Amino acid sequence: MLKKIFFKNSPNQLEGLAQAAPQPHVPDEMCTRCPHCKTLLFSSELDENLGVCPKCGYHFKRNPRQRIHMIADPDSFVEWDRQVHSGDPLEFPGYRQKLQNARLQSGEEEAVVCGRCTLGGYPVALFVMDPYFMMGSMGSAVGEKITRLFERATAQGLPVIGYTLSGGARMQEGLLSLMQMAKTSGAVGRHSQAGLLYITVLTDPTTGGVTASFAMEGDIILAEPRALVGFAGPRGIEQTIRQKLPAGFQRAEFLQDKGFVDQVVPRGEQRDYLIRLLSLHLCKKEEG
Amino acid sequence: MEAYKKVQLARGKNRPTGRELIAALTQDFTELHGDRRFGDDPAIVGGIARLMDLPVTVIAHQKGRDTKEKVACNFWAAHPEGYRKALRLMKQAEKFHRPILCLVDTAGAYCGLGAEERGQGQAIAQNLMEMMSLQVPIRTILVGEGGSGGALALAVADEVWMLENSIYSVISPEGCASILWKDPSRVKEASEHLKLTPQDLLELHLIQRIVREPASGDFSRLYPSLQLKIHGMLSQYGKLPVAELCEKRYQRFRKMGIFAE
Ligand SMILES: [Zn+2]
Repeated sequence: MLKKIFFKNSPNQLEGLAQAAPQPHVPDEMCTRCPHCKTLLFSSELDENLGVCPKCGYHFKRNPRQRIHMIADPDSFVEWDRQVHSGDPLEFPGYRQKLQNARLQSGEEEAVVCGRCTLGGYPVALFVMDPYFMMGSMGSAVGEKITRLFERATAQGLPVIGYTLSGGARMQEGLLSLMQMAKTSGAVGRHSQAGLLYITVLTDPTTGGVTASFAMEGDIILAEPRALVGFAGPRGIEQTIRQKLPAGFQRAEFLQDKGFVDQVVPRGEQRDYLIRLLSLHLCKKEEG
Repeated sequence: MEAYKKVQLARGKNRPTGRELIAALTQDFTELHGDRRFGDDPAIVGGIARLMDLPVTVIAHQKGRDTKEKVACNFWAAHPEGYRKALRLMKQAEKFHRPILCLVDTAGAYCGLGAEERGQGQAIAQNLMEMMSLQVPIRTILVGEGGSGGALALAVADEVWMLENSIYSVISPEGCASILWKDPSRVKEASEHLKLTPQDLLELHLIQRIVREPASGDFSRLYPSLQLKIHGMLSQYGKLPVAELCEKRYQRFRKMGIFAE
């Protein structure tokens, strides 16, 4: 992503400096170029617009905390199982370093954030996967957190809302990571058999083992505009079939056309959309 | 034995195909075709058969023997229809209280335009979720290559066994080497680190049993004892109350995963 430093009055951090040298100064608003329409956007402008390009509607990646802030009622989120994180069960070369980098880059312990919150007063269990933690790949810890979330939601009679994003299984954990697909699917199944609602929101990109497990097991499957969603990654397919993929292939709108997504919902409308679905399922609002 | 040797053995030309195994282990095999939605996928074969005295539903990946058959079976990579056919037959088995035997041998689910268009991910996901709560015993044997989600979609079972010279992996060693190290030639190293041999997986408690293969490579010597073992396991699980059967299967997978806290 292209970032440039632009002019901005920055009263706080540089106050001291400003007093010492009372000229107009140069810091510190970041700019980002929209990869789709190439417009240069101020980060503040982008943040206010929920990370959606105001010119063309391109949806930028968001970290889990930003997502939770966007959809949960203010201050309602209580995190679950933050302490669950990957070890290095197979002592796979380079994995420890990758984990450490991912923790630094994302500020999270693992590639999914789980917890309980309310939306419009409706209590839900919520998970959000992290693009900045090894591309949301699923290893033992991610599988365990998702499984615990569904088990807890089943015990407490809560609906689940899940924002999926993943490059697939975390191959540094070998077959242990593949087994997380079965483990999480089992927990989703029990939640479903208890008659509880599960809504997934597929975000860019949702691929591999996550697509082939809990991402596609929702009662209702929503997706963000233009999100890439598939089992195989586009590069893998191009290598197999030795030709370029058609435009729009494996995008959210394509999946809706093919019958695998209930509705593509732009980010700005997601909170209200989710609240409406919770209300239509006669979910109970929090007391008091 | 080094892991890459196992990979080569598991992919060996002389290993029995799914159809051959069905013919060797069961009688009266009656093939049933199609997923009732789109088509019939020859890369997965299924039907009803008799295992000694026991009617079973049997489902197997089919790799072809000659090139023509290989092309027809898509080089043993199934489309979503294959997994949907498998699930249809499993639900049918449940209705008629028949135990299920799955024989896995696949490089992975097919990756291509049609497979994606028709929901490869959704088909596999559905199998995983439904198999976990099927009310009849399910047993899976990995007989050759167990490649990723395409293998797992037939392996959410009460017990998973591996033939001595089979492998089971989240990704092919070639894929792993080229993604992680941008160097497909480091396939031996990747095979080692992925822990894909039966011995490794038994130690990780991800499979239950390794089935020894005859040193001569003559599989016909294996079948009588294998038949007995499968029969014993299926009838033993068949005696469990349904709730206990499903709980055991759930807990078997629930325990999988190594993490810190
Ligand atoms: Zn734009």
